[in-house]
Amino acid sequence: MAIVFQKPKALTDDVFHYCPGCTHGIIHRLIAETIDELEIEGRTVGIAPVGCAVLAYNYFACDMVEAAHGRAPAVATGIKRARPDNIVFTYQGDGDLAAIGMAETVHAATRGENITVIFVNNAIYGMTGGQMAPTSLPGQVTQTSPYGRDTESAGFPIRVCELLSTLDGVALAQRVTVDTVKNVRAAKKAIRRAFENQVNKRGYSIVEVLSSCPTNWGLEPNDALEWLRDNMVPYYPIGVYKDLYPEEGQT
Amino acid sequence: MADKVLMKGNEALAEAAILAGCRHFFGYPITPQTELAAYMAKKMPKLGGTYLQAESEIAAINMVLGASSAGVRVMTSSSSPGISLKSEGISYMAGSDLPALIVNVQRGGPGLGGIQPGQADYWQATKAPGHGDFHLIVFAPSTVQEMVDLVYKAFELGDKFRTPVMILADGMLGQMMEPVTLPSALTAVPDEKPWAASGHANKRKKNIINSLYLDPNLLEKTILERRKRYDQITAEEQRCEEVQCEDAEIVVVAYGASARVSRSAVNQARAEGIKAGLLRPITLWPFPTDAIARLAKSAAAFLTVEMSMGQMVDDVRLAVNGARPVAFYGRTGGVIPTPAEVLTAMKSLIGG
Amino acid sequence: MKKDLNLLLAGFGGQGLLFAGKVIAYCGLIENRQLSWLPSYGPEMRGGTANCGVCISDEPIGSPLVVAPNQLIVMNLPSLEKFVNAVPSDGLILVDSTMIPATVSRTDVTVRCVPSTALAESNGLKGLANIVLVGTLFSEYEFCAYDTLVEAIRKSVPASKTEMFDLNIRALRLGLEYN
Repeated sequence: MAIVFQKPKALTDDVFHYCPGCTHGIIHRLIAETIDELEIEGRTVGIAPVGCAVLAYNYFACDMVEAAHGRAPAVATGIKRARPDNIVFTYQGDGDLAAIGMAETVHAATRGENITVIFVNNAIYGMTGGQMAPTSLPGQVTQTSPYGRDTESAGFPIRVCELLSTLDGVALAQRVTVDTVKNVRAAKKAIRRAFENQVNKRGYSIVEVLSSCPTNWGLEPNDALEWLRDNMVPYYPIGVYKDLYPEEGQT
Repeated sequence: MADKVLMKGNEALAEAAILAGCRHFFGYPITPQTELAAYMAKKMPKLGGTYLQAESEIAAINMVLGASSAGVRVMTSSSSPGISLKSEGISYMAGSDLPALIVNVQRGGPGLGGIQPGQADYWQATKAPGHGDFHLIVFAPSTVQEMVDLVYKAFELGDKFRTPVMILADGMLGQMMEPVTLPSALTAVPDEKPWAASGHANKRKKNIINSLYLDPNLLEKTILERRKRYDQITAEEQRCEEVQCEDAEIVVVAYGASARVSRSAVNQARAEGIKAGLLRPITLWPFPTDAIARLAKSAAAFLTVEMSMGQMVDDVRLAVNGARPVAFYGRTGGVIPTPAEVLTAMKSLIGG
Repeated sequence: MKKDLNLLLAGFGGQGLLFAGKVIAYCGLIENRQLSWLPSYGPEMRGGTANCGVCISDEPIGSPLVVAPNQLIVMNLPSLEKFVNAVPSDGLILVDSTMIPATVSRTDVTVRCVPSTALAESNGLKGLANIVLVGTLFSEYEFCAYDTLVEAIRKSVPASKTEMFDLNIRALRLGLEYN
């Protein structure tokens, strides 16, 4: 019997703990498929964040390091400098990457650290139960913005790809979504390019994946994806914000 | 034996780390450890190593965590306020059983404090170098030569016990020059560390470097396993120097820069016919409790001298355990006590 | 028995006091004695007062902090005022009288006033007043062999600046022979 679909080798047999409808699972899979395709699992080290993906160290089959909240880019820097032949990626949420870890994020990017950053932006703190994130939208109701994010007092959301695209050390900054099959395929291409850049020693690559959080948004999974399209995509447009090697495309 | 050279403490420590096989340094500028980082910035590129000036102390210690996870010898250095910032990462490293050398060239605190030499981070180093149930091995050099020798010991014990190790120096030791003999040959750097996260190469099970245990029973188990190593360290690694303690009636206990001052005071006391001795802890954790407890049987009184309001004196009192009076003399905020002041404190202790 | 040195050098940043201290420290190293060299550090180094303590002895050096210098070299007025009374009786005070117009009123110490900055400049040795004073110190208090001092200067001058060695030796001789 021909196998038409199977779990990527770069994922372990552990069962994901993610909520129904959460897109972390898809993003994990895209990373694992990439690792399989590039045949780099044996030299890859992943950095798990603090946030919903904290247990990612159980799910990827490569060596894994669990970082403190926001420090994944610094940990990745340490590993990459010590072992330049390792393929090092971080997997970070919006609070981790764009709030507590913004300094580490910006400086790893501007140094052009040859690492791959997968940034999962779902506009909310998931693990701690739905607090306002640096990427929560204006007016968005969360546990800590119960009357909607008031930009007068809470300021504005951060557009990470746009911000990082101004830095000379960045090779690739691209925003994708995984809300439709077509977009999942596009996201896969972006993630693959972010890893290929590292293999080819081209410097810092970040792929921002707009993601849904049905649980903390209080929506059914399909409604959550609808909300993402209606609200997040207009504020965070899909696209390539920086690409030093645009002509090459997918290899 | 190699010739003696004249070096600043900060530079000698850096050179010793290089000789001990450390090729990765991550730091952030702060006085009075500056020369250490500058030395690394000069040397590391020529050795194919890493000198990286991080965006903050927080980032620097997490780079150290990363490099240690990957299995290499790695270090950082800072001074008091910077160590506070590093304490998060130090806790994670302890919880992840990662060795590394962390140097604190202490200055006066709290807050921004000053930049003159201090010893007010004793509690931080030995009791609470970060949140959670853990210890660091803490060395306290008192000469530039010891700045060198203890670097070797720090890397060796760090690897042996899989723990971060701190060298707790101070601005005086960092800035002063003394003749020093650098080791001519490199001691063995351990082979590939089997626990490291540096790629499994499809040859072994994956390694996870982690300090998260959501099951409290499992977390307790890891802490208790680590505790066994701490017990072994406490039993095997207590170090101190005893000077003229055999017949001493008054024993001065002091480490680092204040031990140098106290040594002068003890010599002056002896010249005046006072039976004084100096016990100088070289490890602050584990604290040389056994040696002090032994001297509590022969000496009449103890005087602890520190460049703080009195921190190590707690550990001296615990070791003496009420058997003898334990007095304290200290200057703080960057002020260095003089031998004359210490002598006066000794006299008032035995006189009163 | 060789003489102990418990020296403080003080003046403005940029007058070369730390360098002079280093030369003297090398004398201890060359003669295989115990020694320490401790500079002041921090913002005061940027053009303010700088000082540096050097101890040489056959016994281990306790505190390297020179609080009661047996020998004092001062190159500015604030330093003289700050340290003049710290010198114990029978101590030695060397004053750069070009830089310091004041006199020392103490009679229980030996005072040598040397216009070292002017001497250096008039001999084409601008910037070497520090070494002139090292020469005078040596003439007053022979803390090492003369050859040691020459060797110490050789070690202290960067290998790339060998011409500086001769200039330093000339400065040393100026101070040594000044009456």
